[in-house]
Amino acid sequence: MANKKIVQKHPLAIRWFHWINFPVLAIMVWSGVLIYWSNDVYRVGWGDKTILKFFPDSFYKAFHIPFRLAEGMSLHFMFMWFFAINGLLYILFLVFSGEWRLIVPNKNSFKESWQVILHDMHLRRALPLQKKYNAAQRIAYTGVIIMGIGSLLTGLAIYKPVQFHILCAMLGGYEWARVEHFILTILFTLFFLVHVIQVIIAGWNNFRGMVAGFEVIPETKTVITEHTETSSDTVKTNPDEK
Amino acid sequence: MKNNTEKLVTKSHIRNRTIFSFSVLALFSVFIFFGWRWLHNQPDDNGTPKPVRNVLNFDESVFGNFLSNDHLAKTFPVSAAVKNVRVNGSEGMSDDFDPASWKLKVARKPGDTLLITLDEIKKLPKTEIIFDFKCIEGWSQVTHWGGVKFSDFAKKYGLDDQTAMKYMGLITPDAGYYVGIDMPSVMHPQTLLCYEMNGKPLPMNQGAPLRLIIPVKYGIKHLKRIGTMFFSNERPPDYWYERGYDYFSGL
Repeated sequence: MANKKIVQKHPLAIRWFHWINFPVLAIMVWSGVLIYWSNDVYRVGWGDKTILKFFPDSFYKAFHIPFRLAEGMSLHFMFMWFFAINGLLYILFLVFSGEWRLIVPNKNSFKESWQVILHDMHLRRALPLQKKYNAAQRIAYTGVIIMGIGSLLTGLAIYKPVQFHILCAMLGGYEWARVEHFILTILFTLFFLVHVIQVIIAGWNNFRGMVAGFEVIPETKTVITEHTETSSDTVKTNPDEK
Repeated sequence: MKNNTEKLVTKSHIRNRTIFSFSVLALFSVFIFFGWRWLHNQPDDNGTPKPVRNVLNFDESVFGNFLSNDHLAKTFPVSAAVKNVRVNGSEGMSDDFDPASWKLKVARKPGDTLLITLDEIKKLPKTEIIFDFKCIEGWSQVTHWGGVKFSDFAKKYGLDDQTAMKYMGLITPDAGYYVGIDMPSVMHPQTLLCYEMNGKPLPMNQGAPLRLIIPVKYGIKHLKRIGTMFFSNERPPDYWYERGYDYFSGL
């Protein structure tokens, strides 16, 4: 009775990349907002009609954002190194450990992701068979890696538009690169919100997986071990998996 | 995945591993929290904590190496230039200025200062540029400027020894605004001593009689109303550098 089955979920390296990225990305977004304030021209709307201004004055006031451009720039151009190097090492790790196979969407992912969404909305009972990540997670987590690369490239294009003039031109020019950099930042914060909500819903076992690396296999759940792509891949039908 | 196999373990094994890992995460959080506080409590170096300033200088050493006279700021046709050119900042532009008696002071050496009139400068070959002027605040404008290439000016006045130094400094006549610029950027083929905007004499609020146009830098380095020009191997004083901005501020 005292024994439980556990399975290794997240390698140590991935957990470190994840938890280092969290404060670094927070600092990048924060310092980015300090920079953006001095030319805050973006909005959602048409003609004279504005639905959402980036950002409302109340937001600036609440977080003491105005007149901190120099501070924002210097923090941004310091912590960009941590963001870039941590992200690069993460991608290299995914490639060389083979973990990328668990995260990059496969041919079924786009179809299955609808089933996952229906499941999450309690409109469908069963989840499609999955490995470490379900189809929606594969798309989301691969998407966020591409977003990170996008932030790096659009950022470089704004930072040094003359020296990286080809990159800047490929992104549609200086003004567009700034728009793209901003949109990616908004997407990062939306990703963060959904991610945190999903982690809370998924519960303790899943959260512990990203800290301690292992997950306890609930005794009531069926576990099938299949030998498919690689010899020891475990395929589980565990609806709690996030 | 080699670690993907199931293991049968005791509850205390799970508890110990959980406690250990969460302790490491807690220590990491404490490290981030105090590291952030430590960073902000470091001695000030020109408006920014010393370690941050060191990284900005490191950034210059990395990205400055990409700077090449072959990398030109993108240029545009005259039709793309805006008519209403934005005026941003009036530091160093005090009212008691007499453009009629103005002469450019070029400090070649201590005690050896050249005085050059605008007419003499206008006799040098004129270069025009239409480029996307970029302000450090984040906006940009395609604008049209005319003047003499700095490198042509330096050749004409025999400033070889001076341009062999690391920096050029510029100061407004009232000394209210001043910039320092690395020599590769000063000698860049698109850097102008500018006296025309949109094909007309430079307006007073745009820095008449003579201003700097340096497309490889943010607007903060495009000093308006040049009074004195000097050369140095040390960083000349720079107005916005002293207020926490990057010295290089290159694009």
